[in-house]
Amino acid sequence: MIKNLFTTKPNIRSLKLYVSIGLIFLFFSFLDVFLNSLFDINLTFFFSDFISFFLPLTLGYIGFYSIRIEQTGNIFLDTINKKINSTSFNSVLTLLSFFAIIKYSPPLLSWLVFDANISGSTKEDCTGDGACWVFIKVWFKRFMYGMYPNAEQWRINTAFLILFTSIGSVYFVPEKYKNYLISFSILGFPLIAFLLIYFLISGGSFGLEWVETGAWGGLSLTFIVSFFALIFCFPIGIFLALGRRSSLPVIKYSSIGFIEFWRGVPLITVLFMSAVMFPMFLPDGTYMDKLVRAIIAITLFESAYMAEVVRGGLQALPRGQYDAAKSLGLGYWRMNLLIILPQALKLVIPGIANTFLALIKDTPLIFVVGLLEIAGMIGLAKTNPKWLGMATEGYVFAGAVFWVICFSLSRYSQNLEKKLSTER
Amino acid sequence: MFFKKNKSYLSQIITILLIVSIFGFFTFNAQVNMDNRGIDFGFSFLSQEASFDIQFSLIEYSGSDSYFRAYLVGLLNTLLVSVIGIFFCTIIGVIVGIARLSPNYIVEKIATFWVEFFRNIPLLLQLFFWYYAALRALPLPIDAINFNDISYLSVKGWYVPEFIWTNSSIFYSSIIAGVVSIFFIYRFAKKQREDAGKQIPALSLSLLAIITLPSIAFLVGGVSLSFDYPVLTQMSKTIYNFKGGVSIPPELMALALALSLYTSTFIAENVRAGIMGVGKGQKEAAASIGLTTSQVLKLVVLPQALRIIIPPTTNQYLNLTKNSSLAAAIAYPDLVLVFAGTAMMQTGRAIEIVSITMLTYLTISLLISGLMNWYNKKVAIKEK
Repeated sequence: MIKNLFTTKPNIRSLKLYVSIGLIFLFFSFLDVFLNSLFDINLTFFFSDFISFFLPLTLGYIGFYSIRIEQTGNIFLDTINKKINSTSFNSVLTLLSFFAIIKYSPPLLSWLVFDANISGSTKEDCTGDGACWVFIKVWFKRFMYGMYPNAEQWRINTAFLILFTSIGSVYFVPEKYKNYLISFSILGFPLIAFLLIYFLISGGSFGLEWVETGAWGGLSLTFIVSFFALIFCFPIGIFLALGRRSSLPVIKYSSIGFIEFWRGVPLITVLFMSAVMFPMFLPDGTYMDKLVRAIIAITLFESAYMAEVVRGGLQALPRGQYDAAKSLGLGYWRMNLLIILPQALKLVIPGIANTFLALIKDTPLIFVVGLLEIAGMIGLAKTNPKWLGMATEGYVFAGAVFWVICFSLSRYSQNLEKKLSTER
Repeated sequence: MFFKKNKSYLSQIITILLIVSIFGFFTFNAQVNMDNRGIDFGFSFLSQEASFDIQFSLIEYSGSDSYFRAYLVGLLNTLLVSVIGIFFCTIIGVIVGIARLSPNYIVEKIATFWVEFFRNIPLLLQLFFWYYAALRALPLPIDAINFNDISYLSVKGWYVPEFIWTNSSIFYSSIIAGVVSIFFIYRFAKKQREDAGKQIPALSLSLLAIITLPSIAFLVGGVSLSFDYPVLTQMSKTIYNFKGGVSIPPELMALALALSLYTSTFIAENVRAGIMGVGKGQKEAAASIGLTTSQVLKLVVLPQALRIIIPPTTNQYLNLTKNSSLAAAIAYPDLVLVFAGTAMMQTGRAIEIVSITMLTYLTISLLISGLMNWYNKKVAIKEK
C-alpha cells in the first residue's frame, strides 16, 4: 500500500489513506499561513527564507493533489474537487487566493472594525490603531446635507421621503391603472420632484426660510443633481435619437453633430464651460444660479449618451412595426409615440439604468463649479485644522456609500434585464 | 405628396433657423459681454509668454515659453497618463475577464468581487483615495521603500533609474526596422499560405527579427545603455531627497492607478462577453476537423472573440482618455489643469481656451472612433 502511494496516482481504492494524507498536508499548509498572518509566528523558521516562503504552497499543492480523486461518493470531497481543485493549475490558484485572503483580511478587518474608534467627539478620542470613525460621526450631517442649516434639515428628509414613497408606491398600483403609470412617471414624478425641491428644499415661501443653493451639499445634492439631470436628459435624448434616425438631412446631421460633440468631450470640460464660458453667452446682467448651470451642463452631456441608448432600442425594433404603423395611416409623431417608442423604451430600460448609474458616478465632478457634494464635503472636512489626517476614513466612507447605491442600482437593472428578456 | 414634401422642407428650415438663432443669440451676447469687459476675441495670446511653471513636463518647458508650448505640455501629459492607463487596464482587464470565466469557484468569485468593487465607486473618489489616503501614507524619502537599491518609493514620488543612451537614434531605427520587417514577414506568410498552401513560422521569424536587429545595433552600431540611479542626498539638516534618476510624481501614480483599476473592470466585462460570445459549437467543430487546442484558440476562438471585444474596448480606451481630465482634481498638470485652469486664470480668455480644450478632446475622440469604424469594417463578417 505504501509502495502504491509513490508509484500510482491517488485512486479510489485507497481513498482513506490519500484523503487523510492530503488533509494533513493541507492542515499544515494553512496553519503555517494562518499563524504567520495572525500571530506573526513562523513555524518553519529553521528553513531558509526561500524555502520557508514557498513551503505552504508546496504542502498545499501535495495536499490538493492527494485528495483529487474522482467520484468518491463523498459529496463534500466531490464538490471541492469539482469547484476548486479540478486541475493542478486550479489548485495552485485556489491556494494563492486563500493565502492572500488569510494574509490580508486580518489587518483590514482590524483597521475597519476591531481597532476602530467610534466613541468620542474629537480627534483626540481616537486612540486606537484603527480607523477613526468619530470623524464620520461628527461630520455626518455635513456629508449628508452640506452646509444646509441644521434646523432646516427636516425639509430635505421630508422631501426625499415623499419622493421615495411615491416611487415605491408604483409597485402597489392596482392592475387596472397600470396603463397610466408610464405617463405618470414621465410627467408626474418630475413635477412632484420639482415642486418638492423648489418649495420645500429651496424654500422662500409658505413661511419657510429661503436656503441658497450654495449651502446645499452632501449626498442630498448628489441625488438632486442626478435626479434632475435624468428627468431632463430623458426627453432630450429621445428627441435626439429620433432626430438621428430621421430621413430629413438637416435634422439628421444636426442631431449627429450634437450627440457626437457631447460624447467626444470629457464632462469636466463641459462643467468648466458652464462655469466660465456660459455667463459670457447670456445677456449682460443676467445671473444664473450655479446649481442650475451645473444641471444644464450635466443634462446636455448625458442627453447625448441617453440618445445613443434610445437609438439602440429604435434600431432593435423590426421594420414590420414601422410598416404596420404606417399602413394604419398613422403619421410620424403618432407612429413614434403610440407604436415605436413604448416598445423601444421598454427594450432599453437596462441601458437607461446604466446611464443613470454613470450619471450618479459623475456627480462628484460638480466641484468644478464650486458645489460640494459628498466627496467635496470630505475634501473640506479633511482640511479642517482639527481633523487633519482623516482623508482615508472620509474617502472609505464616501466610497462605501456610493458603492451601496451603485451596486444595488446595477443589480436592479440586471434583474430588470433578465425579466424583460424572458418576456419577449 | 406635394404638401408632404413641403412640410418636410418646412421642418428643416425651422430647425436651421432655430440653430442659427441660438448661435446668433449666444454670439451677440458674447460680443456685448466682451466689449463691456474690454476683451477682444482672438488666438494671438497663444504666442505670448506664459510665465507660469509646470511641475511635470515631458518636453523642455520654462515660464518664459509661450502659452502654446504650455498647451503642448498639458496635451503630452494627458496622452502620457492615458497611454500608461490603457497599458495597465488592458493587462488587468484581460486577466480579470478570463478569471471570471474560470472553472475555479474562488478565482471566479474574487474576479467578480474585483469588478463589482471598482466599477461601483466613482472614479473621482478612487482618485482621491489613492492620492490623499494611500500614497500619502508612504514613507518620507529617508525611509523610502527600497527596491534592490535600484528604485525607491516614497511620499515624494517613485524614483526609477534614468536610461542614458548613446547613439539612441540608431537603436530606435533598428526597432522600427524590426517592426517593419515583421509586417513584411506576416504579409509574405499570408501570401504563401493562400497561394501555395505553405505554413511559414511567422511568429518565430518575427521574434527573431525584433531581437536580432536591435542586438546588431548594440554590437555593431555603437549603441550602449547606462543607467543613472537615484541617490538619497541630504538637502539640508533634516530634509533628504533623491537626486538623479527619473521621478514619477505621486499625482501621476495616483491617476494611472485609479484610471487603470476603474477601466479594467469594464474591459474585463468586455473580454468575458467576447469569449462567451464564441459558441461552443465553434470550438467543437474546430476540434473535430483535427485542429490542436492551441490552433483552435488561435484560429477559431480568438479571431471571433476579438471581433466582439475590440469595439467596446476601444470605447473604454476613449473613456479613459477623457476621464484622465480628472487630473485637474489632484493637480496633475494635464491639459485641463494647465490650459483650462492656469492659462485661463491668467489670460481670462474663457471662450477661446475652453473651445480649444474641448476641440482637442473632440479631435482625439473622433480620430479614435474613426479608426475603430475602419477596423470594424475590416473585420466585419463578410456575408454572401
